[in-house]
Amino acid sequence: MGRVEGKVAFITGAARGQGRSHALRLAQEGADIIAIDIAESLPGMDRYYEGATEEDLAETVKQVEALDRRIVARKADVRDYDGLKAALDEGVAELGHVDIVSANAGIFVFGDQTHLVSDEEWQLVTDINQTGVWHTAKAVIPHMIEQGTGGSIIITSSTAGLKGTPNVAAYTASKHAVVGIMRTLALELAPHRIRVNTVHPTGVATDMILNEATFKLFMPDAEHPTQEEAAPIFESTNALPVPWVEPIDISNAVLFLASDEARYITGNELKVDAGYTIK
Amino acid sequence: MAGQLEGKVAFITGAARGQGRSHAIRLAQEGADIIAVDICKQIDTVGYQMSTPEDLAETVSQVEALDRRIHAVEADVRDRAALQAAFDAGVAELGPVDIVLANAGIAPLSLNPVPEEWQDVLDVNLTGVYNTVEVAKPSMIEGGRGGAIVITSSTAGLNGIGGNTPGGLGYTAAKHGVVGLMRSYANQLAEHSIRVNTVHPTGVDTPMVVNDVMQEFLEADPQMGQAMANALPVPMIDAVDISNAILYLVSDAGRYVTGVTLPVDAGFTNKK
Repeated sequence: MGRVEGKVAFITGAARGQGRSHALRLAQEGADIIAIDIAESLPGMDRYYEGATEEDLAETVKQVEALDRRIVARKADVRDYDGLKAALDEGVAELGHVDIVSANAGIFVFGDQTHLVSDEEWQLVTDINQTGVWHTAKAVIPHMIEQGTGGSIIITSSTAGLKGTPNVAAYTASKHAVVGIMRTLALELAPHRIRVNTVHPTGVATDMILNEATFKLFMPDAEHPTQEEAAPIFESTNALPVPWVEPIDISNAVLFLASDEARYITGNELKVDAGYTIK
Repeated sequence: MAGQLEGKVAFITGAARGQGRSHAIRLAQEGADIIAVDICKQIDTVGYQMSTPEDLAETVSQVEALDRRIHAVEADVRDRAALQAAFDAGVAELGPVDIVLANAGIAPLSLNPVPEEWQDVLDVNLTGVYNTVEVAKPSMIEGGRGGAIVITSSTAGLNGIGGNTPGGLGYTAAKHGVVGLMRSYANQLAEHSIRVNTVHPTGVDTPMVVNDVMQEFLEADPQMGQAMANALPVPMIDAVDISNAILYLVSDAGRYVTGVTLPVDAGFTNKK
């Protein structure tokens, strides 16, 4: 029997990267999935990395179905509450309930000192990484309270949700903000046996991190830094001798927090950071 | 399906009963063999009944019932030489250790406190943890296979609770102390891929908490009663809940988790 058998998990940013990995890991352990993703590139983001596509989301669907689990996937933007809620409600109507939430959708922008960040970029990051998490919670909580069967909400923060990171102000602020959302929700929802926690990855090997723009953040003087050149610098930021971790490592943390094995863990920031924050 | 800890060996202190026994059984269910130590004796300043040789024998029988091997020794974590001997004998029988659970601890909380409580609780709950890691560390490094160490702290390792007696202050000081120990070890041992974390339980339904002396102590001081008020609607949690958190931390699922203070506290710390 799977560790989340019979549960339904709502995952934002599920087209690729960590979100897809969470969908697959939870499905392997018996969950059905409601997957949403914006599935398009955002204006201004192409200087960092390319956005997820509808093909990516379709691939997540295919891989979950290959595990004999059901999945309802919709193109939706966490900034658009009505669209997000409609997608979730359709998923709940089809799959019956929602027990696990992975508020995973996020973007990573960086490179400017805080006083030089543009208004547009600040707003974009805040809208997706912070308001998007609030929208996700706002849409799902009424379902979970009404069901009366408890549940587990896991918000993806970052090591940048616990420490300052130079030249990454908007992202760092948004990832700290979701810790505040988590702590508040954990108190509000405890009487309903709904648990709320954050996970804090160090660098994860996904498109969001493994790109030239991010390598340049670590190697500002290199013109075209490669992954191979960047790896030792990434590694020097972690205590364990690894440059980054894999999506599955975050998925295993999410699975643990989602499962009954963690039935009394709430209000907690779980670091999966190879020792980044203690080094 | 293979267990999550197939082929591993775990060294567990305070394994005769309570959380320690639960950890031994949970890890054995996932395929680990166990080196179990426990004092199996009374310490004078501790008001509740401590573990007995019969308790340790029961842990042995429950692990063996799972078809796992267990090497159990009566040893006091305050006695480095005895602890080292127990560890070495266990390794000789079961093979090199991959997992260390520094779980042994006392809670000398009483309405009739005596000054000696302070030293006893520091000796067992802080120095005992130091001794436990020190006896295991050289062979883990030498083995070159990495590993995982989990130290059992407490919500009193993150919050100023525990009362105003020598034993209560000492308990809180020691449980905070092991967090510093964990962070230092995590940094030092990272290059060997040995991970080190703490768990921080709220009140757990074990003989250390559920006994007349502890209940009397908690009821006498309204502030102490608050020390058990969780956010989730549960008065107390079960030993297996701590075991499951430890299983996550020591398994490959937690292979990049180190230097973490993991509360298993029903939201107590966030509520406080």
